[in-house]
Amino acid sequence: MRYDAPNTPESLVHFKNRYDNFIGGEYRPPAQGEYFDNVSPVTGTVFCQIARSTKEDVDAAVEAANKAKEAWGKTSTTERSNILNKMANRMEENLEMLAVAETWENGKAVRETLNADIPLAIDHLRYFAGVIRAQEGTIGQIDDDTVAYHFHEPLGVVGQIIPWNFPILMGIWKIAPALAAGNCIVLKPAEQTPASIYKVLELVEDILPPGVLNVVSGFGVEAGKPLAQHEGIDKVAFTGETTTGRLIMQYASENIIPVTLELGGKSPNIFFEDVMAEDDSYLDKAIEGFVMFALNQGEVCTCPSRALIQESIYDKFIERAIERVKAINVGHPLDTDTMMGAQASKEQLDKILSYLDIGKQEGAEVLVGGEAAQVDDEDRSQGYYVQPTVFKGHNKMRVFQEEIFGPVLSVTTFKTKEEAMEIANDTLYGLGAGVWSRDMNTAYRFGRAIQAGRVWTNCFHDYPAHAAFGGYKKSGIGRENHKMMLDHYQQTKNLLVSYSEQPKGFF
Amino acid sequence: MAVERVTATDAALELINRLTKRHGPLMFHQSGGCCDGSAPMCYPEGDFKTGNSDMYMGDIGGAPFYMSKDQFEYWKHTQLIIDVVDGRGGMFSLEGPEGKRFLTRSRVFSEEERTELEQNSTV
Repeated sequence: MRYDAPNTPESLVHFKNRYDNFIGGEYRPPAQGEYFDNVSPVTGTVFCQIARSTKEDVDAAVEAANKAKEAWGKTSTTERSNILNKMANRMEENLEMLAVAETWENGKAVRETLNADIPLAIDHLRYFAGVIRAQEGTIGQIDDDTVAYHFHEPLGVVGQIIPWNFPILMGIWKIAPALAAGNCIVLKPAEQTPASIYKVLELVEDILPPGVLNVVSGFGVEAGKPLAQHEGIDKVAFTGETTTGRLIMQYASENIIPVTLELGGKSPNIFFEDVMAEDDSYLDKAIEGFVMFALNQGEVCTCPSRALIQESIYDKFIERAIERVKAINVGHPLDTDTMMGAQASKEQLDKILSYLDIGKQEGAEVLVGGEAAQVDDEDRSQGYYVQPTVFKGHNKMRVFQEEIFGPVLSVTTFKTKEEAMEIANDTLYGLGAGVWSRDMNTAYRFGRAIQAGRVWTNCFHDYPAHAAFGGYKKSGIGRENHKMMLDHYQQTKNLLVSYSEQPKGFF
Repeated sequence: MAVERVTATDAALELINRLTKRHGPLMFHQSGGCCDGSAPMCYPEGDFKTGNSDMYMGDIGGAPFYMSKDQFEYWKHTQLIIDVVDGRGGMFSLEGPEGKRFLTRSRVFSEEERTELEQNSTV
């Protein structure tokens, strides 16, 4: 079936013509009165306007958050937990609506937003609703008279800069732990995908006290930068690329505040020869694991964009794998049969095409795809579509080293385990990796030795709450998606208490 | 004429010129990874603190262009050609509000060019 396009009479989704900032519990127009057009990548046409905010708006949001932080920080964990659960329930009641909105916003296939983005976001809220109630401080008995008590306290106000590849899910990944830990938030959505988070906001705005969650939209340089530099925030969380990551650390150093950074990767997906020892459902799963590079049109920081296949099985394995790639149905994102939708923006499409060009120049062999996708139906003719593409080459090529952030896979072979490890770790990044083997020792040893924060073992692209997610090397600092994230949003208060009634005798 | 590691198209030079008039002297840093990655970021000169981990690649439109040394190791066999496309984003890069994005296109150096670059290794 195909969902009706948003803003048509029968659609589940009706976007407003304009979205203002959400500051102190109310919608406020941007101080400069300017808006920018928001385009759907499905059709390449404008579907709403968004506040184009500047420093004045960021100042107002940070002020509102600072006003709210004391009361919010003192709410009980039970109260905050209940609020997160209520948010989750509202989203669950509107799951289809949110899925369609997210697809229209980002271009991804609706089967993904229905089955992954929105359900994961809902579960994430519930996970942090759970773990915050179970969190405890510690007591250390230093000696018979002296006790060290450790309490968790919120940081205060946190700035969060959200990427465009999972606008709602990445928003909730950051919002849930920060709220659970008792912080107030100023959130800046990506300017490529600013609208869908407002559909979430409309559902939950009455649940949260004013000023606890503030949304300021606009361009990175005009709104994101003043947020990252603001003296009134106590932490910045950012997902994006390396240069901006460095700049955010630089700004944070001016205020001496912590950062968490999730900066992307070039994840190896390694297939050992024993995957083909049988022709069974496990092999089928491994082939599917290879094709996972096309999930979300490849716009995932952990896209398994380098496949390393043992030479002894290469011919047979790649034949089956390419067949499966050819079966990917690139179509209308709102059609539930569509497997791959549109790239999120025009500039993203241009960037992917520039990499298809450099890959060919470097001499990589195109096994399948290699071009922009032709679209038959007229309303999508201006949308941003690419053919799923598989290159064969070697690990020194740039298509093996740079995150293309598109449905582009670079394949190479290895002879020995040592060679596989050397190729896997020969990258600037260390966010994700995949290991496929029927032999548990191989899988375990590889998983431990690969320099990456998440090693999927006989699976790929699962993102359950309670499995820590974050990078080694240039892929960033900090972990999300796990209760340890609470620590990233909390101060430690130590009370060192003496129960002795005797003076020390020093003075 | 010496082989250049980074060049700019006319459209890019024009945008650099426009941005220079508005923001003063500029600089570029080549990003890597993730959403806006692989994009050249354009900042007011000195806004981004370069350090020992960076290398200077040359000037485009009067603005110095840098990238991380470790990233350069993987990119050094290619010339970077800075172009402009329609679009937005680019995080804190100055051109975002103009509805334009700088885009790095690339060309693989010939053998002769590579030899010359190695001989005149200023990097």
